[in-house]
Amino acid sequence: MNVIRWMVVLTVVIALGMAGSAYAGTLDAVKQKGYVNAGVSGKVVGFSAPDAKGVWAGIDVDFVRAVAAAIFDDPAKTRFTPVAFKESFTALQSGEIDILARNTTWTFQRDTKLGLEFVGTLFYDGQGFLVHKKLGVKSALELNGASVCTQSGTTTELNLSDYFAVNGMKYKPVVYESADEATVIYDTGRCDVYTTDASALAARRTVLTKPQDHVILPEIISKEPLGPAVRQGDQQWSDIVRWTLFALINAEELGITSQNVDKMKKSTNPSVKRFLGVGGDYGQHLGLTADWAYRIIKHVGNYGEVFDRNVGPDTALGLERGVNALWDQGGLMYAPPIR
Amino acid sequence: MTAKWTPKPSLPPPALEKGIGGWIYKNLFSSPGNAVLTLLGAALLLWAVPPVVRWALLDANWIGQSRSACDPLSADAPTGACWVFIKVRLGLFVYGFYPDPERWRVNIIFVVGALALWPLLAPTLFKHSRVQVVYSIAAVAVVLILFGAKPAGAALGFFGLPFLLARISLKKRLPTEAGGIKGIAPGAGLALLGALAVYGGLRWLLGPAPSGAIATLAALLCLPLIFAKPLSVMLWRGIFLFTVYPLFVFFMLVGGVLGLPHVETHYWGGLFLTLVVAGSGMVTALPIGILLALGRRSEMPVIKTLCVSFIEFVRGVPLVSVLFMASVMFPLFLPEDVNVDKLLRALVGITFFYAAYMAEVIRGGLQAIPKGQYEAAQALGWSYWKMMGLIILPQTLRLVIPGLANNFLSLLKDTTLVAVIGLLDLLGIAKAAMADVEWLGFTKEAYVFAAAVFWTFCFGLSRYSVHLEKKYHVRYR
Repeated sequence: MNVIRWMVVLTVVIALGMAGSAYAGTLDAVKQKGYVNAGVSGKVVGFSAPDAKGVWAGIDVDFVRAVAAAIFDDPAKTRFTPVAFKESFTALQSGEIDILARNTTWTFQRDTKLGLEFVGTLFYDGQGFLVHKKLGVKSALELNGASVCTQSGTTTELNLSDYFAVNGMKYKPVVYESADEATVIYDTGRCDVYTTDASALAARRTVLTKPQDHVILPEIISKEPLGPAVRQGDQQWSDIVRWTLFALINAEELGITSQNVDKMKKSTNPSVKRFLGVGGDYGQHLGLTADWAYRIIKHVGNYGEVFDRNVGPDTALGLERGVNALWDQGGLMYAPPIR
Repeated sequence: MTAKWTPKPSLPPPALEKGIGGWIYKNLFSSPGNAVLTLLGAALLLWAVPPVVRWALLDANWIGQSRSACDPLSADAPTGACWVFIKVRLGLFVYGFYPDPERWRVNIIFVVGALALWPLLAPTLFKHSRVQVVYSIAAVAVVLILFGAKPAGAALGFFGLPFLLARISLKKRLPTEAGGIKGIAPGAGLALLGALAVYGGLRWLLGPAPSGAIATLAALLCLPLIFAKPLSVMLWRGIFLFTVYPLFVFFMLVGGVLGLPHVETHYWGGLFLTLVVAGSGMVTALPIGILLALGRRSEMPVIKTLCVSFIEFVRGVPLVSVLFMASVMFPLFLPEDVNVDKLLRALVGITFFYAAYMAEVIRGGLQAIPKGQYEAAQALGWSYWKMMGLIILPQTLRLVIPGLANNFLSLLKDTTLVAVIGLLDLLGIAKAAMADVEWLGFTKEAYVFAAAVFWTFCFGLSRYSVHLEKKYHVRYR
């Protein structure tokens, strides 16, 4: 696969050369097309995957629907294209996709060198450990000498060796090509620990023979802020996407849900009035209508609703809010005010 | 005195030579070594087969519409496969994201394609023209019952016109050598009549917009055919399959012009995308491959250099990188407002990739033809194309059937690589299905299903190539 690596390098070089020529006016292009085209990963549980009827579902998917709702007042005016990470940058640059929402980790290099513009964090993820209860392990620091199943060629593998080196522990890596394979091996007991991102661990646990016998350790050993990205050079478009994210979070903070959003229009709270476009037109600065945020909440719901619907405690993944709770509830979700 | 000689009754064959016992002895236990191997093999089968059968058939869940039917927590022995998982998303596996109300369009191309292919795959069954007629009427009736009047009208043209065309060219054999005005005039008249008929038919089927253009195109294409040698119904069938049918498929699937809603390739997927990619790849790569092979053996330096460099370049890169190039790099070279469809880019990439491989297979066949064959044709004063078309290529293609079948099979399987550029073929859909929150943990079923479908198609293809080999008596003994 050396050729592919060269292709990527070549792509990036050419793309960097062309980065300056990125065209403005994504909003106009999107309005003209009549839909928002998003690049998604297409096979990550809870983030983006088609259901049995071929309808896309997931956090990333709902976020793109929110953008479409803000622009068109219709969350269905979306299109989802599965893209590989290698391909995603050129797909953005060539205008094939308007938003990259494929649970991509926001890193320094990707933001600066690759010319992606991350608009914020939609989901705070991090690498965790899954162990069998019978080991009696309560903390990752007790894992000295354990054999650890993981996937090859990912940052997961690097994080793992960093963590064990820093804490002066030894481990035996058991590396597999695919996550499916690694899960099966872990399930048969050939390794003591399975490690990957915490959200994926929760999904993987559900497919084990006896999910209730396994526990995810509290330590999270890496920062994986997953967020949507747009191409650099179109300020208006990145503002729209960024404030769609902030609107989702602000709505939860203000207690506005898809159920009560119509009632809330009559609220006397000035923050709520500004948010819903009742007092003052904030949408015009984005090139949208005054009720842009109302549309988002009406069609898609607030951040908490999106979270619960796709990965929350009632879904198969059963994730707790944890760090993804609002800032005033001990989490990291914090959005600048709309004023 | 003469004693009458009566032969003794012949002895029965030794017990180890006859019957089932004899066969078993000869084939399975003829030596201690073979006996050990036989026992080992039997043990292996006994060890491997029953669990698979139990998993896939006996303990499998077939009934139900939701996840709960296969929930490991609710059932006592959750050991078998959960085919409900496949059942509820069969539509997705076959049609991808093709919109629900338009899926009949995919069905119709499947049905018409199968009906048109059958006589060509098994020509011995259709030798008599009466069988042909009955079959065609039956085919039109099938389409009428399944899809209604307008599609049946199209099918009538598709299955009926070969008879008409064969009759015209058989009866009125126009003097090709004489040529000139005398030959062209009736031909042109016929073409005009045909064009008018096609135009009328198309108006009825598709509405006014594109029918004029298509009719003109059809007439232009038919004009040279009228001067050609008389062709049988079967040959016309073949010509139709490779000219009219692809057009039909294109218009049916893409829509937009026929009063059918436009369905962009973005929504294509699943098995039908696999077949579209494989089918169009096979049909276009073979002729290009033949031309490349001829070009490589050509004595004209420019053509030879071009063909050699193309073939060697393409064979030097992996298909994944060709696809990657087509999907990622190519758009960067285009102006911003020009957008070539992603599927089309992938198709062109796959076609040229496989054309290079087929060229080399065919070149191998060309080298096996004795020089005398070329010389004989040249001694007759035949032109290059006549020599190639009538003497060399028929023998070559017959020789290289196994090699070509090999290429076709690997093309069919390599269609799964379109997943790297974001097109969801059968395998891509299967992988996406594994990430459905409602249905976690059915990876085995998805992979087994995809494998079974691919195996069916590949096995069919390879059996057909064996059939062709037998038919043309290719023997290297």
